[in-house]
Amino acid sequence: MPSVTRFWLGAHLRLVYLFLYAPIAVLMVLSFNRAGLPTVWSGFSVKWYGALLDNKAILSAAANTLIVAVVSTFFATLLGSLLAVGMEYRRRSPALEAVLFAPMIIPDIVLAIALLSFFTLLNFTLGLHSIILSHVVFNIAFVCAVVRTRLRQFDWAVFEASVDLGASEVTTFRRIILPMILPGVLAGAMLAFTLSIDEFIIAFFTAGPGQSSTTLPMQIYSMIRFGVTPEINAMAAVVMLVSFTLVLLAQRVNKGAVGV
Amino acid sequence: MNPSDTNAPRTVIALQGITKRFGEVVAVDAVDLDLAENEFFALLGPSGCGKTTLLRMIAGFARPDAGRVLLDGQDMTALRPNRRPVNLMFQSYALFPHMTVAQNIAYGLEMEGCGRDEIARRVGEMLEMTELAGFRDRKPDSLSGGQRQRVALARALVKRPRVLLLDEPLGALDKKLREQMQLELKRMQHEIGITFVIVTHDQEEALVMADRIAVLDTGRVVQIGSPRDLYEFPQSRFVAGFIGKMNFFAGRLTPRGVAFGDDVLAGALPAGVSGNAVAAVRPERLHLAAARPDNDLNAVPGRIVDIAYHGQDVNLHLDVAGVAERVLVRLPAGEAERGDWRAGRQAWCCWAPDHTRILAM
Repeated sequence: MPSVTRFWLGAHLRLVYLFLYAPIAVLMVLSFNRAGLPTVWSGFSVKWYGALLDNKAILSAAANTLIVAVVSTFFATLLGSLLAVGMEYRRRSPALEAVLFAPMIIPDIVLAIALLSFFTLLNFTLGLHSIILSHVVFNIAFVCAVVRTRLRQFDWAVFEASVDLGASEVTTFRRIILPMILPGVLAGAMLAFTLSIDEFIIAFFTAGPGQSSTTLPMQIYSMIRFGVTPEINAMAAVVMLVSFTLVLLAQRVNKGAVGV
Repeated sequence: MNPSDTNAPRTVIALQGITKRFGEVVAVDAVDLDLAENEFFALLGPSGCGKTTLLRMIAGFARPDAGRVLLDGQDMTALRPNRRPVNLMFQSYALFPHMTVAQNIAYGLEMEGCGRDEIARRVGEMLEMTELAGFRDRKPDSLSGGQRQRVALARALVKRPRVLLLDEPLGALDKKLREQMQLELKRMQHEIGITFVIVTHDQEEALVMADRIAVLDTGRVVQIGSPRDLYEFPQSRFVAGFIGKMNFFAGRLTPRGVAFGDDVLAGALPAGVSGNAVAAVRPERLHLAAARPDNDLNAVPGRIVDIAYHGQDVNLHLDVAGVAERVLVRLPAGEAERGDWRAGRQAWCCWAPDHTRILAM
């Protein structure tokens, strides 16, 4: 490749990355800003991180977010993985595929309104549990998609081979299928967890009244109406760090050399 | 193992009127088969003839729509695959990718509930027998094709099944390894003395390995016999053409044989054939002569178009009026040299009436 072309390709790449990450970098830098003004640098400080720990509302929102994320991830992973096995094992049906992808593709706002109307129709009391249920709904689709990419590489004859060697279906699932898809399942779980902790629209619609079912993104939203404070920057930086770590970890785990 | 002393070998698995349909398609059509104790049996046929479906019904992975599968006289048609004393070696080998070679082999014994010592001993024996001892802690993806094939074999054999089913076991190997494994499989079958049923589309593989072969065509068994029976005495044009090379001369049936050109190609007349028929003869039974022989050999005139040298023998292709495909004559190298045959020369293909097989069109 001529060096001129390579230079421009490199420049383009740097520009794209700058565009993607400059706002996040600015946010993280400003979270260490001593002054109360969010956009003027006046010296390094970690006091806003300390302030986070003193803010009861933020702490309770963080706890809620963790509960929602952990519980919804657990159920979404369980159901999504089983769904993936079923979808890959049976014959292909384009209609079923489309229905499965729907929660990933339809706009969050539509899903949020639909879930709210549905819960209201059932006279369901709203609270943390309704957020959890809602998160399970869209996370099943994501977990299923991740696990299926894993399953697609496999020769289904191994499952017949297991039965042929005397194993029951349950034993085959435990000893053969599960170990083979485990990296995919873990990656799916991490993805679900990440999606859940920073999900705003659906949680906002399906949450109950008051502080008891306010999640972190909702808390940030309510704070930001009075202006962006360095405290919010600090919190965003923490959320961002957690998400980023999980996504990287998920990619790593799913690359693990089990099978192929 | 001592080969059976009795004249009539005991039947291990009997298939009675087995039929399997996939929608409108009849994949297996009322097949009856008896598999004897300690024999190497081959199900041979072109792709789509139903041989794999038949194998899967013996293993229990497919349910026949009609008919029964008997094991030692007991009906096991409804028995699930994990309850049958029959093991299947899959075409893709289907090794467990997350387990080592030794764990793969031990899996079936664990499912039987064997004790740890017994598992270790039997897995050790199997590793020894399949020459895999050095690979016991390797994962399948770090093995060669031939080694994977042996792991799959060991994993099935360690369970000491009554019958081992092999679905195209050598299909994924290269030619040289395949020839070596053909003999290896035959040796193992002889050593451990259990019935092997192999599915193959490769007629040469079936001829080399099997004691008996069933030839299948569109879901039906068209002929069962020893390799020599099938090769020398095919009962239909399909079998004659499918196994080995065969030259066919079509014509009207006369009391002496098949009328071809101005001549009659003599041969034993089969019962139940009338009207048009074909005289079939193997390439190695043909000889070439410069002039029409004056004895009672069958003879057909032709023109040599192509000579292919194969080392110990020479293949000569001839254009013969009245035959669409070229007639193949396979001469031993010495005979071919003495004849000094050249492309373009006229020659007579001659053969003894004894070597003519007359078959329905």
